[in-house]
Amino acid sequence: MIPSKEEWIKSLNDRHGIELQNKILSTTVAVCGLGGLGSNIAISLARAGIGQLMLIDFDKVDITNLHRQQYKVNQIGMSKTEALRNNLKEINPYLETKIHTIRLDESNAEDVLSDADIICEAFDNAECKAMLTNFVLEQMPDKYIVAASGMAGLDSSNAIHTRKVSKQFYLCGDEISDVKDGIGLVSSRVMLCAAHQAHTVLRIIAEEYEV
Amino acid sequence: MVRINGENLDVVGNSVAEYLDSAGYDLMRVAVELNGNIVPKAQYADTIFKDGDSVEVVSFVGGG
Repeated sequence: MIPSKEEWIKSLNDRHGIELQNKILSTTVAVCGLGGLGSNIAISLARAGIGQLMLIDFDKVDITNLHRQQYKVNQIGMSKTEALRNNLKEINPYLETKIHTIRLDESNAEDVLSDADIICEAFDNAECKAMLTNFVLEQMPDKYIVAASGMAGLDSSNAIHTRKVSKQFYLCGDEISDVKDGIGLVSSRVMLCAAHQAHTVLRIIAEEYEV
Repeated sequence: MVRINGENLDVVGNSVAEYLDSAGYDLMRVAVELNGNIVPKAQYADTIFKDGDSVEVVSFVGGG
């Protein structure tokens, strides 16, 4: 039986405290890229009771995604935006979502991201990561960007860290391990990096700005 | 001296573009902060390092 919205909110308030939970509930987070990073970030934030998630990805769920991304076999072929929204709603039925099944680039980023308070860069491609980070810092200087670089392979989990590069710019990862080197991405290490990103989002919301 | 990613380097008078090129960075993969502010990509050639500047070059690698 699905709890009522009041029961749902009360359980979060009991856990996080009403003051923090109200802040979490009033925050909109954009998740740019719904692969191993983005799908895990979204699940963490949905469980924490985030107010609204913007889910952005052009791609469809593929069999090669399932070793690290939060989709299911029966979702192969679905757009990642719709598949992830369905999965998130099963976790948190009162989550508000807005989906954009598009390739985010410099021509559409300002329109798409204008309502977001905090932007998570969760792309796979290094050039796209740099493009979005530069775009947000140059064009949307009031927003926070939480980006990721370096989480491939089986190197130590302890090498994954969060660094505050500047006032609005946080970077998670080991900053070294390229997906092209070695064995590619492994679910546990990608989840670690995604958890750093999601946790940084919650710390920003809680006004804990240092890492 | 200019402090770049925690290291003091003698690059006063160099542009951001010159430094990134000489250090072997891929311009399509970087974000550059100068004294806590982003350097717009269009200004890499015209932004000249001064003595005491503090610079962070973030060079992204793939995977996500």
